[in-house]
Amino acid sequence: MVSFTVEDQDGNRQKIEAPDDMGLSLMEILKAYEYPILATCGGMALCATCHIEVLKGEEELGIATDVELDQLENLPEYYSTSRLACQVRISTLLEGSIIKLRGEDN
Amino acid sequence: MITTDICIIGAGPVGLFAVFEAGLLKMRCHLIDYLPQVGGQLSEIYPQKPIYDIPGYPEIKAQELVDNLMKQIKPFKPTFTLGERVDYLAKQDDGSFIVTTNDNTQVHAQVIVIAGGLGVFEPRKPVLENLEKFEGRGVTYMVKNPETFRDKKVVLAGGGDSALDWTIYLANLAERVTLVHRNETFRGAPDSAAKVYDLANNGKIDLILSANLKELSGNGQLHNVKLEGKNKEEIIINADYLIPLFGLSPKLGPIADWGLNIDKSAIEVDTRDYSTGVERIYAIGDINTYPGKLKLILCGFHEAAIMMHSAFKYVYPDQKLSFKYTTVNGVNSF
Repeated sequence: MVSFTVEDQDGNRQKIEAPDDMGLSLMEILKAYEYPILATCGGMALCATCHIEVLKGEEELGIATDVELDQLENLPEYYSTSRLACQVRISTLLEGSIIKLRGEDN
Repeated sequence: MITTDICIIGAGPVGLFAVFEAGLLKMRCHLIDYLPQVGGQLSEIYPQKPIYDIPGYPEIKAQELVDNLMKQIKPFKPTFTLGERVDYLAKQDDGSFIVTTNDNTQVHAQVIVIAGGLGVFEPRKPVLENLEKFEGRGVTYMVKNPETFRDKKVVLAGGGDSALDWTIYLANLAERVTLVHRNETFRGAPDSAAKVYDLANNGKIDLILSANLKELSGNGQLHNVKLEGKNKEEIIINADYLIPLFGLSPKLGPIADWGLNIDKSAIEVDTRDYSTGVERIYAIGDINTYPGKLKLILCGFHEAAIMMHSAFKYVYPDQKLSFKYTTVNGVNSF
């Protein structure tokens, strides 16, 4: 299990535990916890409706990949550690990180 | 006024297949979708992606599935209103409905089927304090009629393909075009980006990179767009129009106001026939919810078949419905 913190649009924080050996994405975990993430395309990095900002842990998680940047480019808001949650795997790299939900959709 | 038996709101895969199931029961359909083409998110978001869970197709590209559905429903001559959003539903004394779109198209139908997927794909809006005040007064999210911008001062914002394409198109039409982009480079189509750089280098347009929209001002009508530049400096651009182009995002839209039971942006239905709490209104596909719901195209197809058999009684109140197989009766076109 890996544990990390999620901050919603209103600034409320919640600690989340998730299995790191099931190949899940951060988007799937956020949906499982009933955060209002649309994830329109279902995780194909095609819609940018699971936009998050990494507040802590960006060194471990790395920056957005090319496919994510193609989508993030279209959004009205963007941060230097913006990612698409569907492209972030649940792994030990997430341990102790803080994730903020971004985007009008979330 | 368009008159039909069944008005289907949403022309995605489930809405399209519903036409087939209705057609087998001799019911005619009219479909309305806010997107300019049929196919819903399959055509809009992932046309070239393969889908692996359509029965009988080990693999099929999303657009190909949409094209096949259009071919499958052709015998039943469906009619379409595309690029319009359904805003109002009005119940008539005889139980039927009149549907009105944002462009005042009206459809009279005995039964309403909401196959709206995730809702209406609306333009993403930038976060600006007084944005709504200037909507329709200089701020517009799509270019419907380019002539509107002839000899006007236009600011476009965004870095995707549509921002690049409209910049190139409007460069020859508008008095002045300014493209504002948050980043230093464009990731979109290299050809379009090269053209935009050329236009800027030749002084035909103003290209402002690494800048963000900050504030709008004007007396009733948009007059100035304020930007924040790379070094946090203030840039003010005189503008008749601002066109923010940040892609589309689905919203439940006016459906939320039709008196249906909504749970987390989905419409609650009775699984016996996918009817909503309002008589003659059904909801199928990703927009409905019930215990055990799976948002799969194949589940939507199943829901369409059952729902149309239930709707038959409203279209043909004096006839008895008899269940028939296509293998026995074939497909009898209208």
